[in-house]
Amino acid sequence: MSAEGKAKQTALYQDHVQAGGRMVPFAGYKLPVQYEGIAAEHQRVRTAVGLFDVSHMGEVMFTGSGAQEAIQRLVTNDVARAAPGRAIYTPVCLSHGGIVDDMIVYKKSDTDFMICVNAANRHKDFQWFLDQAGDLCDISDQSNDYSQIAVQGPFAPTLLKRVFGVEAAAFKPFTFQSLDYRGSPVILAATGYTGERGGEVYIHNDAASDLWKDLMTQGADLGVGPIGLGARDTLRLEMKYCLYGNDIDEDTNPLEAGIGWTVKFDKGDFIGRDALVLQKEKGLSRRLVAIRVEGKGIPRHGYRLMVGDETVGRITSGTLSPSLKVPVGLGYVDVPHDATGTDIEIDLKGLRRVPARVVEAPLYRPEK
Amino acid sequence: MSVPKDYRYTETHEWAKFEEDHVVSVGLTEYAQDKLGDIVSVEFPRMGDEIEKGEPIGMVDSQKASSEMIAPVSGVVMEVNELLDDDPAVVNSDPYDEGWFIRIEIEEAEQMDELMTAEDYEEMLGQLDDEE
Repeated sequence: MSAEGKAKQTALYQDHVQAGGRMVPFAGYKLPVQYEGIAAEHQRVRTAVGLFDVSHMGEVMFTGSGAQEAIQRLVTNDVARAAPGRAIYTPVCLSHGGIVDDMIVYKKSDTDFMICVNAANRHKDFQWFLDQAGDLCDISDQSNDYSQIAVQGPFAPTLLKRVFGVEAAAFKPFTFQSLDYRGSPVILAATGYTGERGGEVYIHNDAASDLWKDLMTQGADLGVGPIGLGARDTLRLEMKYCLYGNDIDEDTNPLEAGIGWTVKFDKGDFIGRDALVLQKEKGLSRRLVAIRVEGKGIPRHGYRLMVGDETVGRITSGTLSPSLKVPVGLGYVDVPHDATGTDIEIDLKGLRRVPARVVEAPLYRPEK
Repeated sequence: MSVPKDYRYTETHEWAKFEEDHVVSVGLTEYAQDKLGDIVSVEFPRMGDEIEKGEPIGMVDSQKASSEMIAPVSGVVMEVNELLDDDPAVVNSDPYDEGWFIRIEIEEAEQMDELMTAEDYEEMLGQLDDEE
């Protein structure tokens, strides 16, 4: 539960309750963990199209002549090189290289950006942005004004074309456009957290429920359905997309988390650069890897990874993969046991051990 | 939330019920299966294993979480419900009957008196719901 006390409702709360969503407190909001069941919702996104209420995510605006400089200082990726209309996935690091949060930066222009941050980190991030870059531009937390609906799955582009009247070019990954929906401004971004095609729609709270209902109606023949937080987690886990608080945190850095491609050392200085340069020169001592269990038993956060009697790492996320029907996980494994193909064992809380193997990510590859 | 009267309960949401004089069935309560959601696998001791009250004896995995099963009584495992190996979802659909986990032979039948009655357990669930 958040420090703000009682969990808030999103603009779509009534829609979830009417659809039979099981509401749970999450990051200060009451959100649906599931409707018909996690496995069925997961399959709906992999084979048709699903809607996610992700209104709990935070939206922070950077505006003014120093906006780009401010973001370049904060993030490890290079937003200066990106053209307007581009979305950039990036961590924000502490000076020692630990991850403050991971986020998507939407570049409208050199002087106008929106950053989508994790709900649980929203207040921490906003304070960090102000402390580290508040001298360079206006930074404003507008999370309370925005709802966000993710539309994901092989039929998501079809549904979004119907509802917003956009062309196929709108679904080029990591691009976005500003549109009008029934008189309300929206941002339609070709981003997501499932590995499937589709997008994420940012919309003002007062228009969100209308859009949700419209997507449900116009997607009926495509097999659209609402998807809860449970399936959101299994979908992202199969893709090895990091979940902040589980797989990455202030004690892990982007290089060992396997998102080193988001660290652009050649862009100039940024917070954490020196520590990350040092880490790169020294070499990694551990690495976040995908793990496939070769037996019965589901790995969970904190379970120990063993080679013989030696503890070589810990599970950070785990589930029964609904696509593969086998237990899978992510975890940090000490070098050299991190190599693909390495046989390891997972200690199921002392109950027994189950054999597993380090495998290539993603664990599941969606059809494109 | 259903809490049958002739069963006994633990604070960790297991139930125990006399099948015969010294034989007790053990399972997971409706409240527990509801909180866990879709159960995808269960694991329990083998026949003949000696188990001790309060010790972990198995694991219940749902799609979203894993939960240890704690022995509600001490004794020897007489029988395990093999149905659950093939169809663990029975724990969701029929937690108090078809979804039983193991049958335990207990020497001291008085152990059962130490467990919560249905009234006690219902009162505890009421307090848990208030905290949410």
